[in-house]
Amino acid sequence: MGSSTPLLAVEELSVVFGGRGSDEVRAVDGVSFTLEEGKVTGLVGESGCGKSVTSLALMGLLPPRGVRVGGSALLNLPEGEVDLLKLSPKRMRDLRGSRLAMIFQDPLSSLNPVVPIGRQVTEILNRHRGMRGSAAEKEAADLLQRVGIPDPERRLKEYPHQLSGGMRQRALIAMAVACRPRVMIADEPTTALDVTIQAQILELLKDLVTEEGTALLMITHDLGVVAGLCDDINVLYAGRAVETAPRAPLFAGPTHPYTVGLLGSIPRLDAPRGEPLTPIRGSVNDNIAWHDGCAFAPRCDHYTLECLEGPPALVHTDDGVHAYRCVNPVRHADVADRAVLESPSVVGDEEESA
Amino acid sequence: MLRFLVRRTLQLIPTLGGLSILLFIWLQRLPGGPEYALLPDDATAEQRAQLRRSLGLDEPLTVQYLAFLRNILQGDLGTSIQTGRPVVEEFFTRFPATFELAITAMLMAIAVGIPLGYLAARRRGGVLDFAAVGGSLLGICTPVFFLAFILKVIFAERLGLFPSAFRLSPGLNRTDLSGFVVLDGLRTGELDVVWDALMHLALPGLALASIPLAVIVRMTRASVLEVLEEDYVRTADAKGLHRRTVRGRHVLRNAMLPVVTAIGLLTGSLFAGAVLTESVFAFPGVGSFVYGATQTRDYPVLTGFILLIATMYVFINLLVDISYSLLDPRVRAQ
Repeated sequence: MGSSTPLLAVEELSVVFGGRGSDEVRAVDGVSFTLEEGKVTGLVGESGCGKSVTSLALMGLLPPRGVRVGGSALLNLPEGEVDLLKLSPKRMRDLRGSRLAMIFQDPLSSLNPVVPIGRQVTEILNRHRGMRGSAAEKEAADLLQRVGIPDPERRLKEYPHQLSGGMRQRALIAMAVACRPRVMIADEPTTALDVTIQAQILELLKDLVTEEGTALLMITHDLGVVAGLCDDINVLYAGRAVETAPRAPLFAGPTHPYTVGLLGSIPRLDAPRGEPLTPIRGSVNDNIAWHDGCAFAPRCDHYTLECLEGPPALVHTDDGVHAYRCVNPVRHADVADRAVLESPSVVGDEEESA
Repeated sequence: MLRFLVRRTLQLIPTLGGLSILLFIWLQRLPGGPEYALLPDDATAEQRAQLRRSLGLDEPLTVQYLAFLRNILQGDLGTSIQTGRPVVEEFFTRFPATFELAITAMLMAIAVGIPLGYLAARRRGGVLDFAAVGGSLLGICTPVFFLAFILKVIFAERLGLFPSAFRLSPGLNRTDLSGFVVLDGLRTGELDVVWDALMHLALPGLALASIPLAVIVRMTRASVLEVLEEDYVRTADAKGLHRRTVRGRHVLRNAMLPVVTAIGLLTGSLFAGAVLTESVFAFPGVGSFVYGATQTRDYPVLTGFILLIATMYVFINLLVDISYSLLDPRVRAQ
């Protein structure tokens, strides 16, 4: 990994809301990662850690007023490199849907209730591929077929409320892949779905990435999803990546106390009955600003005074593929034996996706 | 869709039946009763009793109700005390004028209200938004007859830009096909008649449009603001669709759903609201006639008017339901 030029290189992305009178909120505070062809990169963290804002910033979908976006996001296109954060709104509109696509969390509210599914698929074909009339409808039916929707011709005429939750998410995925995007962002695509449907949707995403060579940015709080799907993982806390590693080293040897806490709080079927779950104490609101020290310090069991001497630097280990941002990293591998990779909520297995 | 239409139309029967009962009770409860309204004040008790018998008012209530219902169904609403002509006939000649006035007012309100409400929502907090919200508050607060009077004094009498009364200028030759002046003019090609009629409709139409306009502006604004926050609008943007597609297909179409309902209810109220506006502009419609009827206790005319307005409401609601089901597939499914 890391040998080819990345498809998308995000450097020091920051998103600040408010300012001018009201208090500033640094939702994303210097996040860097890369996406590569045919690979799945995970952004993991609790609600409010900045993962969704990161995706909206990359898509250019943040509100135009009251937001400052900094850093760079270089997208490698055949016609040259572009910085997604500096493109004009018009140029972004051309890229969205064609080169960049996004799948959202709640498939029902993400579909227009009064427009037939078919129209919602053909409108993107029409916009970016210039397809009209029966050609567009034929292609839309093929797309629905491809994402596993049976009887696509009938479904095209139906409205979102007539489809099941899984079908709706498949329809949204069909819209996302309609123009064979280079980069696809999935923001908690399975959160609103039943567990069995979740597995099917994740399989589908995995297949699409393998077949098309699309780079997928998977945003989730579900470590089961991460273990089953992601090649590289970025753990976010309070708008900053606190640990970055490929899947195997991360699950085998989590180093940042926050990552350790996340892995430790997964419920396990083989735990003795009645054993309490081990949550991370406090909430994501109990943090300090990064420039004062480690934002996680107030919730951390390994916290020392050293943690408050400015932001911790990124430390690289394991030939530079594993990096963490902590002055008191967890050294021993005592969490690895919890074997999250075998946990029942994990989808797929390691050999298959390698 | 056909089943929806049939079911919805059948639902009219109990609605109209209930309406007839309410109307009948209202008539029973009139102060004094018709023997006081119809006879001069110095009539004797014997004369009043005589009249009650001749009108069948001594019959049991159910018999009276059935007779009342039969008369309505046969199109017999009695005779106007003011003019001595059948009430139905009076309404028939005046209704087209009121209809044209109400439709003109509603078209004005829609044509201005929806774009204004939409723009106010897009520029929330801006000057236009402030003006639209403030202006609509003023529109709701101003009594229609007062606005009608002000418009007449300024634009008709002082500035002379518009005629101050009637439906057409006197002495204008026109071919009467249906009583609908504008429609007839368009059909026969008498464009001078159309123009003259429109000039006459302008001021009363504007006065009558003020309240629906204000309501439509506010409802459109609120509805657009709500829809702009919807996930599917973000999805549409994420697809890179052109802004006009996002706004037309995804924002406006959904935002119009509550506005359509409001337009239906407002249209019904316009026919009732026309009473005062028509009398200010001496507009020869149902409204000014009914205004006269209230002054002379012309009960048959008032009964007919209530029946007319209520029936209009019921049918406009049917139209609203039909258009709603065309706009929103979720309604059809139920």
